[in-house]
Amino acid sequence: MSPVPTAPAVPRPIRVLVAKAGLDGHDRGAKVVASALRDAGFEVIYTGLRQTPEMIAEAALQEDVDVVGLSIHSGAHMTLFPRVVALLRERGLGHVVVTGGGIIPPADAKALEAVGVGRLFGPGTPTRDLVEYLRSTVAERRAARAAGPVR
Amino acid sequence: MVDPLAQGVRDGEPRAIARAITLVEEGGPEGLALLAALAGVVGRAHRVGVTGPPGVGKSTLVAALARAWRTAGRRVGIVAVDPTSPFTGGALLGDRVRMGAHFGDPGVFIRSLASRGAQGGVSLATHDVADVLDAGGFDPVVVETVGVGQGEVAIAGVADTVVVVVAPGHGDGVQAMKGGVLEAADLVVVNQADRDGAEGLAAELRAAIELRETGVRPPVLLATATKGTGVEALRDAIDGHRRGLEAPPGDGALRGTGGGADLVGRRASRAEARIRDAVDRARSAAFWSGRAAALAGWVELVVGGRATVAEAASRLVEDPPPAPPRRPPEPRP
Repeated sequence: MSPVPTAPAVPRPIRVLVAKAGLDGHDRGAKVVASALRDAGFEVIYTGLRQTPEMIAEAALQEDVDVVGLSIHSGAHMTLFPRVVALLRERGLGHVVVTGGGIIPPADAKALEAVGVGRLFGPGTPTRDLVEYLRSTVAERRAARAAGPVR
Repeated sequence: MVDPLAQGVRDGEPRAIARAITLVEEGGPEGLALLAALAGVVGRAHRVGVTGPPGVGKSTLVAALARAWRTAGRRVGIVAVDPTSPFTGGALLGDRVRMGAHFGDPGVFIRSLASRGAQGGVSLATHDVADVLDAGGFDPVVVETVGVGQGEVAIAGVADTVVVVVAPGHGDGVQAMKGGVLEAADLVVVNQADRDGAEGLAAELRAAIELRETGVRPPVLLATATKGTGVEALRDAIDGHRRGLEAPPGDGALRGTGGGADLVGRRASRAEARIRDAVDRARSAAFWSGRAAALAGWVELVVGGRATVAEAASRLVEDPPPAPPRRPPEPRP
């Protein structure tokens, strides 16, 4: 007797949490990115403004996302990105890709990469680049996760 | 792999619950095995459905209700369903924007669900996702659906208690009465009650409900979710409805607005609908496999005006499978 699926077995869309961290109120970039990712077939969970790293990590956990995308325009990227990465790891979510955008100098981006932040995308980057980056990176991480001992 | 995960869900471990929801939403063998492992502990939670037109403040109201239930010491599960784009398969799930106050509270588990092609404002996997939160010890489990319009009442199948939310300025009450959404309501809430026309809308809804000769006559409540006004009364009314469903038959004093459909009855019809749905989908998938060419042939004939849809359908059903004709069969003698 083979069980009948109660839901259609469809390939799982990439799930992305898009959050505005910090106190600045510029969410246009985050909204543009959220729409672009939806149009690329992703499921985008948009959380709105003024999210703390703790709120972001907890939402990422509950939503079981593949990606956390942060938009930071307050200049606090050197504290916020590492904090989110650390909190995700604390929750056993080291597989989640942390990416984002804003005004981030290349030297800072390099330093953030060293602590586990993924590629960062400055203003004017075609969203196509972000989509391609996420498709390939998430595919790798999902494969690694499926092969690994911890679900 | 599934057993430790099922145990984690039963222990209320958030990461296990989150992962389990992903698996059951996918509908693959792991998800099915997981649901089987959890079957014994599902059914404790009060399932509350919240629905209504877009823009009436459902998410804000659900967040306010969650706060009220937290005050009463309850752990609240929320399944927020938003539509999947039929064009790209993507979805923008924005209900969390209105629920920010709960981020970080482990007593509120919010999961955003894309409808992934389902009709009626409820994802096909919504029941299964609600089952996981139920097994994880969340009670109530609130399902908030996409803003349904007329005639879409799938929410009724998901919930023990159906709350229909309306607001002034979102189409008049009579329009709302047409749809069948109100008929599914156990409670009606006029949200944004601080706005002009709220009292009038409530009165209009009450009058329309009074005219109803059969079925449930849901109470109409007023609330302003953004200010928390009327939210505790709504919480109590929802809890009271559940108690009414559980009250033994004949106990008129405790009977809620269930109109005779008690909890067991509601859950039986929910189980029946889910079984039928699963069978329909399995049979449909089996039917269409190997019939793509036949279907394409009939599509051409129907578009060309040489066959009707009914003829195409009956011939497809009657023809033995797999009968993919290279050339479409002659439709008319």
